[in-house]
Order: sequence, then C-alpha cells, then structure tokens
Amino acid sequence: MNSSYETHEHDVLIIGAGGAGLRAAIEALAQGARVGVVCKSLLGKAHTVMAEGGIAAAMSNVDKADDWRTHFRDTMRGGKMLNNWRMAQLHAQESPERVRELEQWGALFDRTADGEILQRAFGGHTFKRLCHVGDRTGLEMIRTLQDRSVHMGFDVFMECTITRLLKDGDRIAGAFGYWREQGRFVIFKAKSVVIATGGIGKAWKITSNSWEYTGDGMALAYEAGAELMDMEFVQFHPTGMVWPPGVQGILVTEAVRGEGGTLRNKNGERFMERYDPKKMELSTRDVVSRAIYTEVREGRGTEHGGAYLDISHKPADYVKKKLPSMYHQFLELADVDITKGPMEVGPTCHYMMGGIRVDAETAQASVPGLFAAGEAAAGLHGANRLGGNSLSDLLVFGRRAGLGAAEYAKRAGAPAINSSQVEEASRQILAPFERSSGESPYKVHSDLQAAMQSLVGIYRQEEDLQRALVEIEKLRARAARVRVEGSRMFNPGWHLTRDLECMLTVTEAVTRSALARRESRGAHSRLDYPNLNDAWGKKNNVIVEKGGAMSLFDVPVRELPEDLKQILVEEK
Amino acid sequence: MAEATLRVFRGDQKGGEAADYPVPLVPGMVVLDAVHSVQAHQAPDLAVRWNCKAGKCGSCSAEVNGRPRLMCKTRMDSLPLDKPVTIFPMKTFPLIKDLVTDVSWNFEVNRKIPPFQPRPGVVWKMDQRDVDRVQEFRKCIECFLCQDVCHVLRDHGKREQFGGPRFFVRVAGLEMHPLDGVSRARLLKEQLGIGLCNITKCCTEVCPEEIHITDNAIIPLKERVVDEFYDPLLMLVRKIRGA
Repeated sequence: MNSSYETHEHDVLIIGAGGAGLRAAIEALAQGARVGVVCKSLLGKAHTVMAEGGIAAAMSNVDKADDWRTHFRDTMRGGKMLNNWRMAQLHAQESPERVRELEQWGALFDRTADGEILQRAFGGHTFKRLCHVGDRTGLEMIRTLQDRSVHMGFDVFMECTITRLLKDGDRIAGAFGYWREQGRFVIFKAKSVVIATGGIGKAWKITSNSWEYTGDGMALAYEAGAELMDMEFVQFHPTGMVWPPGVQGILVTEAVRGEGGTLRNKNGERFMERYDPKKMELSTRDVVSRAIYTEVREGRGTEHGGAYLDISHKPADYVKKKLPSMYHQFLELADVDITKGPMEVGPTCHYMMGGIRVDAETAQASVPGLFAAGEAAAGLHGANRLGGNSLSDLLVFGRRAGLGAAEYAKRAGAPAINSSQVEEASRQILAPFERSSGESPYKVHSDLQAAMQSLVGIYRQEEDLQRALVEIEKLRARAARVRVEGSRMFNPGWHLTRDLECMLTVTEAVTRSALARRESRGAHSRLDYPNLNDAWGKKNNVIVEKGGAMSLFDVPVRELPEDLKQILVEEK
Repeated sequence: MAEATLRVFRGDQKGGEAADYPVPLVPGMVVLDAVHSVQAHQAPDLAVRWNCKAGKCGSCSAEVNGRPRLMCKTRMDSLPLDKPVTIFPMKTFPLIKDLVTDVSWNFEVNRKIPPFQPRPGVVWKMDQRDVDRVQEFRKCIECFLCQDVCHVLRDHGKREQFGGPRFFVRVAGLEMHPLDGVSRARLLKEQLGIGLCNITKCCTEVCPEEIHITDNAIIPLKERVVDEFYDPLLMLVRKIRGA
C-alpha cells in the first residue's frame, strides 16, 4: 500500500522547527523516541529567529523580589483572566529552569555586573524579568536549540510542507506533504504528532510575521477534528515600522520602551498618560496599540500615520549596544538614526493568542496522539500575551509537548496509513494545476489581507465582522478556482494555494469567535461592546468542525484553586 | 509612477537565462519587494527563498548587480536604475531553480563541529567583557554570503577540504565561549582546512551583520592551530616525551 510514495517512519513527528518544535524534539529524543522534524523553510530560519526583546523568567537576578507567583499574576492579569491557570502556573514555575538549561547548552545571554544573566523591563511585567541578548534573543535561542537537537540525532526534513494530518480511526497516524523543491509527495508515518507551526499573521496586510505564518498547524488540526480556542484574540504589536511603505509592519522591539523609550504624538504629548498613567509606555500591548490607533484616528498621528518612539535621550553607544538591530534597521531601511531622532511606529499584526486547545500538563489536543505547543496552541496567554512570555512558552510547553508525545508513542501501537486519505490529499493539492483558466493566488491573498486588515483589526464591530464572513466565503470560492502556472518544482504560486486554504480556515475561526464575544477584553476590542462583561469573562470560545461546517460553542473558564486565587489578590 | 527593470535569472540545472521584468517603484522599496512584485503580477512561479524580510533570518541571499547581498536589505534607490538591476542566484552553490540554490552542504559541515561542552565543575557566571567578544560571532544569521564569495569555495570548489568562513565564525563562537571545555583545533586543521584561507577578507566585506570574520575569527583560530601543531618548543617537548 502507498508504495508509490516516499515514506518515513518515526515515533514522534514534529511539524515546525522554531523554538517550540526544536525544544519538543530535544525532549522526545531524551525520552528515547525516534524523532522527525518537518519544516517549511531551512533549519534555523523559523519565526523564532525574529524574536528580539527576551525570554520572561522569574530568575530574580536583577530584581530580587521577583518569583514565579508574581510572574503568574502578571501573566493572568495581562491575559484578562481568560488564561488556562494551570498553564500560566507551569509556565511561571518552569521557565527559569528552561532558561538555565539553554545557558548550559551554550546560549550566551547579556550579563549583570556579578556575572548572572541580565534581565530587562518589559510591558506588563512587575519586575525586570526578560533574559536577553541585545535585541536578537530569538537568534541565540534558535541556534542553541538547533545545535543541541542536531547533535542528539533527529531526522530533519527541510523545505517540506505538510498539507494533511493522517488518521487511523480516531487517532493520529502521521502526515502527508510535499517537498517544496521538487514537488514530490511524502508520507510521514508516526505514532504521535506535535504541531509547532506558529501563527497566522500573513492573513493581515500589516504584519511583523514572515511568509510562513499562514496558520497551517491550526488548520491541519481543525481539519483533523481538533478544537481551536480563543481565536478572537489576535495581538497587534504597538510598534511596527510605518514608513517607508516597503517596510510597513516590520517589528520595532518592545525593548526600545523597556530601555526607556517614550511615545509621543505629533503635538509632542506623552499620550500614554491618558491611557495608562501608571505603567505609561510599559503598559500591556493591547492598551498601547489601542492608544496609538486612537491618537492617529483623532488626528494626532505623525506624518505617516503613527506615533513617535524616541530613545535618542540615551547615550548613542548605549543604544547601539542594547538595540543594535533596531539601529541598523532604521538607518538602512528608513534613513533614520535612532540615536539622534525618533522613529515613526504604529500597530502591526504580531501574534495569535488563540490556537489548538490543549491539556496543560501534556499539551495533548482533543485528537488522540496530536499535541501542540507554542503560538499554535491556545491557553497560556488568555486574551493578551505579555512580551517575553512567548519565548518562555516555547521552551516550557515545547518540552512538555515533546514529553507528552514521546510517552504517548511508548504506549501506542504502530498506526496504519489509510490510502484513501492519501489519495484524496494528493488530488486536492494538485487540483490547481488542472485548471486552464483562473486568477492568480497572489491576488486572492492580497484581497484577504485587505479584508482582515479593515474588518477584523484592532477595533471590531458586528457589521464589519458580518461583512468579513461574507468576504471570506467569497474568497474561499475564488481560492477554489485559482490557477497555477509552471511546474511542481519550487513553485511559490502553487505553494500559496495551500497556504490560502489554511488562512481562510483560520480567519473564519477568528471572525466567528470575534462575532460571538460581545465585550471588549484584552486584544479583542468591540466598538459596539466597549466594556468588559463578567459573564464573558468566565467563558472561552471553542471552534470545531461539524458536518463540514464550522461550529462554535463556549466552555467555562476553569475555576482557580484557593492558593492561586490568593496570589492574584496580593498586591506587591 | 517611476519604474525599474529587474533582470532575473530564470532556470534550473538544465539551463536558463535572465528575463527582464518592469517593476513600479515604491518609496523605500528593497530588491526583495521588487521580486515579490514580479511574483504577484508577472511570474507566479519565480522561485526565491525568503522569510522575515527584516534582515534577521538570512534567507534571501542573491547576487545583485554582481554583488552577494541580502535582497531584503538592498534598497532599490541605492542602485543605478537607468539600467536593469541584475539578480542572480549565489554562484557557489548548486542551482535548484531561479534564485534558489542547494545550500545543504553547509548543514553537513555544521554537523562535524562538536557542540558547546562546559568545562567540568564550571560555575555559571560570566563577565560581560568575555561575553561581548563571542557575541559578535553569534550574530551570524547563516545567509551563506561569505561562503558564496570565498574563492576557496567559489573558484576552487574545495568543499571536501574546507569548511568556509561561516563555520570558522561558528567555531570561534564555541572556542571563545568563556566556559567551553572542548578543543576544536584538530578539526580546524584537518577537516575544516583553515590553512587554505589566505585572508583576502572577501567574506568580511559581504557580511550583512558586519562580523569581522577574518580579523576576529579566522586569524585567532589560525593562531590556535599554529600553537597546537606547529609550535617548535611544543614539538620538541612532544618528541622528547614520545621518545
């Protein structure tokens, strides 16, 4: 059966080779599992490489009063209490050990005067908590994990796209995909699968995300019957570049504000005084994004529709040392010397708080044998993620997913590959080649980005969201008729056809969840329901496939145990 | 609207040639934006590698007007636009298609390098000054432009004997790690062939991260190899001990 397809067999298959995927691989290997890692790009190019500011972990190297309880409380408050409390607890408790581990594998963090790992301030964190390497923390992290996992011995399949999860009855049996280079098909047979594919930013026009961020893992899991949760919560990072147009959306790290950068409008006012006088620029990302958006909408924006972010009051050498890539980025791409003058910044689609619904301890999804970690999974961040909590999320829950998947694989027998699923997947992916007419997938993609940007952005309302659903339906019909030119060999137009399907599935889930939540909470702001609603504060939205259609229901937020409740009311 | 012409290599192992594409200019446009514009409107199957478009991932390496560069960091308005802007794949690596080359050899070299291993009983404290020196090497984004331009690889094709500047930087980052306890001198001499480098500094010139590859990585590593294998006093000591 399936002898015509290249087939690989592993205990654990990991889809995605960013921080979560590689950390999962390391753990699964440590458990003795045979591990395969599949990624759309070359190894070491995953989105983690773009993380700048740092890894949040209560190591209390700088602020001695910090501990996991405070980190837990900050995370829950930042997430507006919609977080899975157990995930927030595990995350706060385990991240210091995960950082120390990275150091023991060779990562070199910036140091304190007495030689410890240096930590910096960041939005929403009570104490200086972010372990960092200048403004290229993600690069250091991915290189460290990459070298560790490569030398432990796993099979890596680079530039390979998974288009379908295969199942044996209810359980996971592996995955089907194609090599980007030649367009040949490949089957991965595995006892368990970890999804670590990141987010969905490429469905918006202005985004800090790379081309890979097309929601693949969420769509794959949904199609395989798993539940998606909290999909209405899309984070717009307050500071992306706004000028020139070619660089719109590129991230300006929160570390600029962490190092003392100020935000001003065109009248020179430090407008955060009006939105969060206590935390000012270091308020949470949802608050700062709305503040900049509001300043611009009310006519106080900069020349190119943003706000001024200024760090030039700090010594030039200090800025170049602590924010080297920001210095070069603005100098080379925008002709702005940030040691001498302000940057122009505005919100950019950055991160997905929602994702695959998983068990806190094992990272297992609702489909047996399917696991998820990192941005592709939901729960830890609730309605809004704090800066720095993403890299620690990747380490803590990447490890747990690797462990969970390896243990599942030890218990599970070998799955059978269902050849009709394989044939259907291969037919689907080749369909665009069979059309002799049809529009370009690039056009459909850019129209989707425009629709999501204008209708499902920072501020939402019933009318826009209803329109977005109609638009997504139309775009889906167009996507089903797109035509591909050329051969199967490294053909980006063809690759985009599958990415489009994923983006359409995930954006529909985002829009439906946003429509349902009739309140404003964290990153989800409704113009027609501008306040928090206590009843909605006790519910998470869940999306699941039923009879070929998207079905939405809500589940109660799990009640906190007494000891954790106590932590949340304490004030330090 | 002002326009530029891109002259992009189209083809694969079987052959190919450059094709011209007119592209409307947008303020602040980089070469990668122009290539994307060609993909979206004229040649949807044009193969190009890219990820972050922010100079952080090192994927979009190519030879722009004959010079190895990251397309995401090369502004169109920095190039002469009265003639076509030529964009070719990196010459040193086997072509796959259009602007995409097979860089897998680099990953094989990397596997040969023993990873960081702390000295026994080490205390996990480091001075920022010691860290600073090594952090330079760890800025490398693996764009492989240094490998592309290195004549030992580009003109002499000595992939079997030579690791290339990228991996000397990699080894330097490990060897000069304040707490590392492994010596990679023999690897440098025998497997990575550091002696073949005759310090023409071409690699340093093209590094988008401005790593001083030759001065700070390669030359100190050459010195380590010399100290370990060619120090006359040590050679004498070894001879006496061996006898």
